[in-house]
Amino acid sequence: MPRTPLEPRFTVEYLSILDSDGNLDSALEPDLSASELKRLYRAMLLGRRLDERMVRLQRQGRIGTFAPIKGQEASQLGSVCTLRPTDWMVPSFRETAAMLWRGWPIEKLLMTFAGQLEGTQPAPDQHDLPITIPVATQLPHAVGLAYAAQYRGDDVVVMAYFGDGATSEGDFHEALNFAGVWHVPVVFVCQNNQWAISVPLKKQTHSRTIAQKALAYGLPGLQVDGNDVLAVYAASKEAVDRAREGGGPTLIECVTYRLGVHTTADDPTKYRSEEEVREWERKDPLTRFVEYLRKKNLLEEGLEQQVDAEIAAAVKRFEAMAPPDVLTMFDHAYAEKPPELLAQRDELAGRLRGPDDAGSAPEPPSSPPMRGQRKTSRWQN
Amino acid sequence: MAKLNMVKALNLALLQEMERDEDVVVIGEDVGVDGGVFRVTEDLHRKFGGKRVIDSPLAESAIIGTSVGMALYGLKPVCEIQFSGFAFQCFHQIENHAARYRMRTQGRFHCQMVVRMPYGGGVRALEHHSESEEQFYAHIPGLKMVIPSGPRNARGLLVGALRDPDPVIFFEHKALYHAAKEDVPDEIEALPLGRADVVRHGRDLTIIAYGAMVRVAREAADTLASEDGAECEVIDLLTVSPLDRETIVASVQKTGRALVVHEAPKSFGPGAEIAASIVEGAFLSLEAPIRRVTAYDVPFVGFARERATVPDVGRVLAAARETLAY
Repeated sequence: MPRTPLEPRFTVEYLSILDSDGNLDSALEPDLSASELKRLYRAMLLGRRLDERMVRLQRQGRIGTFAPIKGQEASQLGSVCTLRPTDWMVPSFRETAAMLWRGWPIEKLLMTFAGQLEGTQPAPDQHDLPITIPVATQLPHAVGLAYAAQYRGDDVVVMAYFGDGATSEGDFHEALNFAGVWHVPVVFVCQNNQWAISVPLKKQTHSRTIAQKALAYGLPGLQVDGNDVLAVYAASKEAVDRAREGGGPTLIECVTYRLGVHTTADDPTKYRSEEEVREWERKDPLTRFVEYLRKKNLLEEGLEQQVDAEIAAAVKRFEAMAPPDVLTMFDHAYAEKPPELLAQRDELAGRLRGPDDAGSAPEPPSSPPMRGQRKTSRWQN
Repeated sequence: MAKLNMVKALNLALLQEMERDEDVVVIGEDVGVDGGVFRVTEDLHRKFGGKRVIDSPLAESAIIGTSVGMALYGLKPVCEIQFSGFAFQCFHQIENHAARYRMRTQGRFHCQMVVRMPYGGGVRALEHHSESEEQFYAHIPGLKMVIPSGPRNARGLLVGALRDPDPVIFFEHKALYHAAKEDVPDEIEALPLGRADVVRHGRDLTIIAYGAMVRVAREAADTLASEDGAECEVIDLLTVSPLDRETIVASVQKTGRALVVHEAPKSFGPGAEIAASIVEGAFLSLEAPIRRVTAYDVPFVGFARERATVPDVGRVLAAARETLAY
């Protein structure tokens, strides 16, 4: 018996609409209104400026370790902007721009990276999960949310974010497999930023693309220029609409680049060249979008100052906050505190009151400086 | 009132809670059409359909991970891990997420879910089918760890676990599934979690056990009464964590002697936590060192050697007699 090719043959497409030289494929240009385009650009700029500010705040010891997004603004905003508030967004830990779009206040993002759990508390009406740090483990949650929405008959799409490194994790494969079998409304958005800390994509996978991994699970997979906000938008809109109409899940691979450090504790000069970074800086998602808007006469005067003022005001509010009440650490371990936890709470409360039962709380010991912080010489490397 | 074994009693708990609450969904490997490899979910698929009784792909991590997502949305998933020995493939979903979501979101979200797992030895099974790993879950803040010892409390505890707003790990001893039948009331009975049961009263020695070890403890206590004239108090923990220290300490304050029996290995096991709690709460009452009768600190030994490591009545008797004579 001869070997016979199976049908259908699979293909993976690559989508680019606005390239790094500013060339526009007007046949594919998405139908976004002037106000939508302006809002998108403002969000990209806010994402960029806040990111740079947060790196500086970390260096000054005013927040802890932070994972910057610089270079990935188009991947995040082109996708997240296709969601409705009633849809769900499931981030990893490098989605600051997407989270801002979804209504997370800047203060909460600062609190998150300042080690305060209040920062990872979504608002009561907000359909977002908080950041998830163990890589890829949030992807099954997205599938479960979508299953539950479908079970209840709710009109909901779930969008889940992760990086190229996550595609090596079992949870990525299990999530895509379950999503395919259950045919649930999930859009998986991979921000392939080329580097999982120091490990480049070619050591992460032998696949030609990440998008093609979807095919093994019976889902459509599409690769897009992740620095082209129009292409990311078009691909995401298509996937979200399909999911909403019962067409099931999609994997979108946004080819992008992490222009900054993995986290503020990382030193990328150890593993990648300046030339490579400069090459990607040439493909900066903001630069080409600015040119696109300029041609449409949609650039607003003074936008940078506006955005910076918004950030400065939020930093001010964040730093004016009273330190968190440590006793509340016992409040959310369980719905009701077991007796042993009540005893532990009492023990801490007594310690905070001090031996004379009247003094103020003792000064908490200052935390040692973190790697990457400027304050110290001991931890520099 | 019907005479049911533990499988049927657990099945009744699921059936009645699913009839009562549409948010309860069942998910796991072979839990649907097949009714579960131990038949605990039998007939539920026929009654409630495949959307509510989900035959999942074979992947423990995604069974728990998707259940976390369902719970965050407001459903109440009951996950079956086919054998507790396979749960290390979803341990991160339990520890990193199910147990932490309430804390991480400061109460905005929580995971009301139950993870059922058959555990324990004595069933002539292969590796990963006979172990006792409750210590891992009992150690995790944010989780509850429940182990019934018979049909009636299995039913009541499963209902209690399903209604508990916190994630519950629910261990079912395989050797107990068909070991005995008990009268189980027709009307729904929910047992509160976190409360131990004093199943035999006595003044000379407190024996603390749970799961299949409760029967071993009771048999040893009966022998001690008839042969030694010693009256043992036997405590069935029912919930391993949070531990009912109050009941344990009150008993040891009365008896002055304590013995813990469990099937998990000794070092860093529940016995250590129980012994420490007794020392903290009943130090001045103690007449003898606290003893632990447990499995030895060796990895899986194979069922040909299993009887030498799983505590039996003889080992409990010997340890109890030493404690009583101290």
